[in-house]
Amino acid sequence: MKRFLLASAFFAVLLLLWEAAFRAKLWSPVLLPSPWQVASYLKNAALDGTLAKATVITMRRLLIGYFIGLVVGLPLGLLTARWKLFGDTIGTMALGLQTLPSVCWVPLALLWFGQTEAAMLFVVVMGTLWSVVIATETGVRNVPPIYRRAALTMGSKRLHMWFKVILPAALPFIVSGMKQGWAFAWRSLMAAEIFVTILTGFGLGQLLHYGRELSAMDQVIAIMLVIVVIGLLADKIFFSPIERFLHHRWGTSQA
Amino acid sequence: MPRAARLHSSVSEELEVIAPSKLAIENVSKSFQSASGTVLALDRVSLDVAEGEFVCLVGASGCGKSTLLNIIAGLEKPDSGTLRADGKPVTGPGRERLVMFQEPALFPWLDVFGNILFGLKLKPNLTRSDRRDVAKYYLELVGLSRFEHANIHELSGGMKQRVSLARALAPNPRVLLMDEPFAALDALTREQLYGDIQEIWEARRKTIVFVTHNVREAACLGDRVLLFSPHPGRIHEEFPVKLPRPRDINSVDLAAYATRITKALKSLGQTAAG
Repeated sequence: MKRFLLASAFFAVLLLLWEAAFRAKLWSPVLLPSPWQVASYLKNAALDGTLAKATVITMRRLLIGYFIGLVVGLPLGLLTARWKLFGDTIGTMALGLQTLPSVCWVPLALLWFGQTEAAMLFVVVMGTLWSVVIATETGVRNVPPIYRRAALTMGSKRLHMWFKVILPAALPFIVSGMKQGWAFAWRSLMAAEIFVTILTGFGLGQLLHYGRELSAMDQVIAIMLVIVVIGLLADKIFFSPIERFLHHRWGTSQA
Repeated sequence: MPRAARLHSSVSEELEVIAPSKLAIENVSKSFQSASGTVLALDRVSLDVAEGEFVCLVGASGCGKSTLLNIIAGLEKPDSGTLRADGKPVTGPGRERLVMFQEPALFPWLDVFGNILFGLKLKPNLTRSDRRDVAKYYLELVGLSRFEHANIHELSGGMKQRVSLARALAPNPRVLLMDEPFAALDALTREQLYGDIQEIWEARRKTIVFVTHNVREAACLGDRVLLFSPHPGRIHEEFPVKLPRPRDINSVDLAAYATRITKALKSLGQTAAG
């Protein structure tokens, strides 16, 4: 409770400073709208459904891309960890491509797919895939061999070994890879939505883009806030409980 | 057994004391490649272990005793020689011969109960409730019923090894292979476990092969103590221990055995050095 109050006070002070800067006319109101203007944009956008629609469109793109990234990335990570041939080829490629900031995929996607949904999906998948591959590979390689040996003597083999021993043992690595993949997917989707202007649906990135085109700073700041909140919520609702469980089971300290 | 009587038939069948195995190891050799060349870990080692016998393998580290244990477990293949359990050649790992390792190889993603169930779930013809009853029985046997749902990291070193023991016993193997299981524990915990393991061995009738570098421990537990000589790994000498059970690690009679074995171990070190 004390921590909550402290955090609330901190954000209240930030808002006050913002309002003070607005009133002091330090910058043109076009460049720095007041918190109230941003709030009223949010209210209107929420009431007329713009915000909900954009959020749904964005989340759909994100989840589909993220899901594809996981479904392809997990088995690829297992393959690269298990067979040298895959490790030397796909593993090396994944390592290289993971260092590429995901926004760098946007020009290529635009040229290949044009201003389409496919272009955005491609960017999100590329953002997710490689970190999932690498985390899975690292996780599997770090499974202590003694777990395998113990399981072998108890009669575990092949699929049972993979699903009941190797994967659970690698879970902490895999989850941190999934979390990183999620962060990359989110960033790359925003980049893609800002650059890919299509008529099949306005996501949050597109709202941001048109806010800039119209010099509507209240819209720009409001949408940025929404993007921050969604990122936080995903972390709190989806990843935090999994991480808490892992810390509890493994006895690793909770940072 | 009052507890077994309360359980229904398939469980009591599962908990029935089964015949321990007879092991026949003949001319087993194994070598490894290392940076300094080929190391002959085992050189034509032969060993017969009787049904229900408790055999301890002692020797300096690197004398091949753990390698032999892994070969009996089926985790490693010998370069030459044969290994038979109850007359049948051993071709790979199997739940007839379960291993208890030095580091607790317990699975951190499962709780205590889940760990004990792991091997049972791989055993055919057991219902869910059978498995739970059997797991509960062994948890009680090692005195950890209260910790059924504890996480592995919450247990002390001694408790972890008790859980490892329960996990290894649960699928009712004929042979129990123990690779320095108490080496990482403090003296007090160890002494307690010497008592427990003798009691459990009496109750469950297993053939046990126990690897250790602690001579006193070997004399306390084994019907026979086999002394290994290193480079190449061979069985150098055999010491039958004829003391009544349960044995106390601190008894004078036991100390006499330990002294004899230690002397032999030391002379081995000298010839190897010289």
